[in-house]
Amino acid sequence: MSFAIIAVVTVAGALAAITLRNLVHCVLALVLAFAGLAGLYLQLGAQFVGFAQILIYVGAVAILVVFAILLTRSHEPLAGLAVSPRWITSSLVAAAVFVILAWSIRSSRIAELLTPPHPEITVRQIGEALMSQFVLPLEVIGLLLTAALVGAVTIAMREQRREK
Amino acid sequence: MTAPVNYLFVSAIIFAIGLAGALVRRNAILVLVGIELMLNAANLNFIAFWRYGPHPEALTGVLFALFSIGVAAAEAAVGLALIIAVHRHFKTTNLDRIDSMRG
Repeated sequence: MSFAIIAVVTVAGALAAITLRNLVHCVLALVLAFAGLAGLYLQLGAQFVGFAQILIYVGAVAILVVFAILLTRSHEPLAGLAVSPRWITSSLVAAAVFVILAWSIRSSRIAELLTPPHPEITVRQIGEALMSQFVLPLEVIGLLLTAALVGAVTIAMREQRREK
Repeated sequence: MTAPVNYLFVSAIIFAIGLAGALVRRNAILVLVGIELMLNAANLNFIAFWRYGPHPEALTGVLFALFSIGVAAAEAAVGLALIIAVHRHFKTTNLDRIDSMRG
């Protein structure tokens, strides 16, 4: 029952995030979808991923998107179509992708193969795995994040040379 | 007890919604939002397969989801910086009007 409620909230948030006209409302709906996904992670027993989802997506990515919207807000009115003129074709493509995914889930024998034991994963176990078996991916993603943040600042910085 | 298939269906729905958003909307920021939704749908699959898989003690699903969240955060930062740089040049984030390179 709780799964149904969280799933409906998540899907409704995602749907509102791409259909609403006002960009700020879109981001608020996106926050709802991210929070619902965090609830699904918690329900699946992945506490650390759930809280990381709330911290990173609800806390950081959503704020970043709001900043980008406010920085790029143009003075032109909202008039005009918010969607691309070929939106029917695009929607059909997305619907076809969903039908194929649903059909393959339905026709696979995955439901019989998967057995639910009850894993109790503590943050300590995740930390030990990150520091022993997965230490190389951890370092690589640290390097990636540093490079991405330096790159983002460089790209978004105002170009000084042209003004001379 | 919820069947694992239900999580896969929710994930498929969110992926399709994200794809529709990335294809339909004309605002560059909302295209990025659609991409984020697709990445999140993939993360939900990772967690669901980890939880109901044969070796949950191996922690691979959880750690893959964590790394995926990290990469998605980097992608969001760079993508939004690109959108801000493009907006400074074209004075719009409407993708249909950004139609020239070296403009």
